[in-house]
Amino acid sequence: MSADVRRITAEELRATGQGGIPEDEIDLTVELAGIQLDNPIASASGCFASGAEMDRFYDVTELGAIVVKSITREPRGGLPTPRMSETPAGMLNAIGLQNPGVAYWTANDLPWLRERGASVIASIAGRTVEDYRHVARALREADPAGTIVGLEVNLSCPNVEDRGLVFACSPTDSAEVIAAVAEEAEVPVLGKLTSDVTDIVAVAGAVVDAGAQGLTLINTLLGMAIDPETGKPELYNTYGGLSGPAIRPVAVRNVHQVHRALPEVPILGCGGARSVTDVIQFLRAGASAVSVGTSTFVDPFVGQRLIAELRTWLAERGIGSVRELIGATGSWTD
Amino acid sequence: MTTLRAGTVWGRPEADTPVQATCEVLARRRNGPYWTLAFAAREIAERARPGQFVQIAVRGQSTLLRRPFSIANVSRQGPGGGTVEVVFDAHGPGTEWLAGLGAHDVIDVVGPLGTSFPLPQRKVNALLVGGGYGTAPLFYLAEELTKKGLRVDMIVGAATGERILGAIEAKRLSASVTFTTDDGSYGTQGRVTDALDEVVGSTRTGVVYACGPNPMLNALSARCVELGLPIQVAVEERMACGIGVCFTCVLPIRGRDERVRMQRSCIDGPVFNGAKIAWDVSRYDLGASPPVDQLTSERVASGSDDDVSGTP
Repeated sequence: MSADVRRITAEELRATGQGGIPEDEIDLTVELAGIQLDNPIASASGCFASGAEMDRFYDVTELGAIVVKSITREPRGGLPTPRMSETPAGMLNAIGLQNPGVAYWTANDLPWLRERGASVIASIAGRTVEDYRHVARALREADPAGTIVGLEVNLSCPNVEDRGLVFACSPTDSAEVIAAVAEEAEVPVLGKLTSDVTDIVAVAGAVVDAGAQGLTLINTLLGMAIDPETGKPELYNTYGGLSGPAIRPVAVRNVHQVHRALPEVPILGCGGARSVTDVIQFLRAGASAVSVGTSTFVDPFVGQRLIAELRTWLAERGIGSVRELIGATGSWTD
Repeated sequence: MTTLRAGTVWGRPEADTPVQATCEVLARRRNGPYWTLAFAAREIAERARPGQFVQIAVRGQSTLLRRPFSIANVSRQGPGGGTVEVVFDAHGPGTEWLAGLGAHDVIDVVGPLGTSFPLPQRKVNALLVGGGYGTAPLFYLAEELTKKGLRVDMIVGAATGERILGAIEAKRLSASVTFTTDDGSYGTQGRVTDALDEVVGSTRTGVVYACGPNPMLNALSARCVELGLPIQVAVEERMACGIGVCFTCVLPIRGRDERVRMQRSCIDGPVFNGAKIAWDVSRYDLGASPPVDQLTSERVASGSDDDVSGTP
């Protein structure tokens, strides 16, 4: 064991700023839809498993929240490979929600998260409204200790009861799912929306009216890549979700658009965040917290690093609380 | 992009965890049609075991993801207190960028990652079978087996003689080495599997280790099962994260209960019991696959299928 393996510290990252305030006086706490978070950096669903894999690198409970990989009613093996294709500044994936199912998850992953004292936002997915309801109920019943502080409803799933149309593309289908989950849940419910719609504000409004306390914006963008030689799609599933820095401007736009239309609705921003300035953009656009997804694949320590860098960024500018930034955008016409 | 400084290490002190480190390149050299890259990485060298891999950040034009490379050699002495070597074929923007590096350049490396080849608990003769640059991790394995006092034999194959990796090293590290090439330009014409029976018979092989393209590992595993030989293979799968969280690099693995589960080659592998890979559940041929829903992703307890470990 070498003595110089060490954790990243805020001191290491501290630049020589002037007019700042001490880093230990910076308040990083935020409230997201009634959930109190120590800081606004969370993992993104499907990019962090349930935390144990990442805990080999650093103490994952340092994150404001761990948003776990989507949990379904039944175990899912997922899609055949190839499941991934790299794109400029991003990647396409079609995993097919591989997960061990809610019974296995509550018996195996949840106890570990509870022992570690993590704040967990459980992502849930399904094929029918009843699937979502079942998972929400099973999670509530398995978690009397309250390790799960919120539910994130992954609405980007085909609805088998509506011709396979993705729930998130229909305001009414989305609202039905949210209403069912909200009935079962004792914790705040976040609806995770897709940008692949004509009017995301309409879907957002329907989801909030149905009982969601907040929104996660956004899921991946549907994309496709083709092997130029064989003509075959790069992904087994033909289409896949585009993620990574390539989609960040789209995500920031969606957060901004929904925040302007529905300023009271708390938002967990998600899509391509990798640097501290990306995080600041999401906060200024109106997000109360930011999920970091694909960047974890490249930088295993990105979540831990962003917390430290955010503290430094605020300290250097004399901003005492990260909450001051939420929704703080300027305008060219001011 | 900022310039990296070598020598920064992030991670936990426990030896069974991977680290992220900025590493100075010590040498980049031609190795036939391949490249060998050696870099100073004390923590990775200390923690690495044969079969494991590293993820290297690359800066090809607008590339995002790290590239996985199996560890070909480790030295726990030398510059910086330890060095690691990887071998690669420059065939894309990431590996082409790597091929352009030179001594004193700095790379960002995560590792060691994945499972390692389980070493035999008893004194048996080990046969190491490599295809193309997939032979790379077998050199490190051969050294470890030799240190344990075990006999090592090798079969090294490739499409052409030029693409045989490390012929001299293979001869140095093993009691016998058999070369096969598809075109017969070096060694025997044919596939590694064509040479298997004879080598197994003449060297009294007790355990087989292999790395190379999937069709080779498939054929080799099938024959080893017929011969009653334990076989451990290191697979090469397309990966995004390499650290167990993206579920891109899955392979169908048959459990003791005969159920097939999609397991991640980056964290449940890359070393698998070759007899347990459900090669028949082809990833390209849906017709031959069970419906996806019949597969389950339930994880099996770590090591529960590790019943090879060189116990013939």
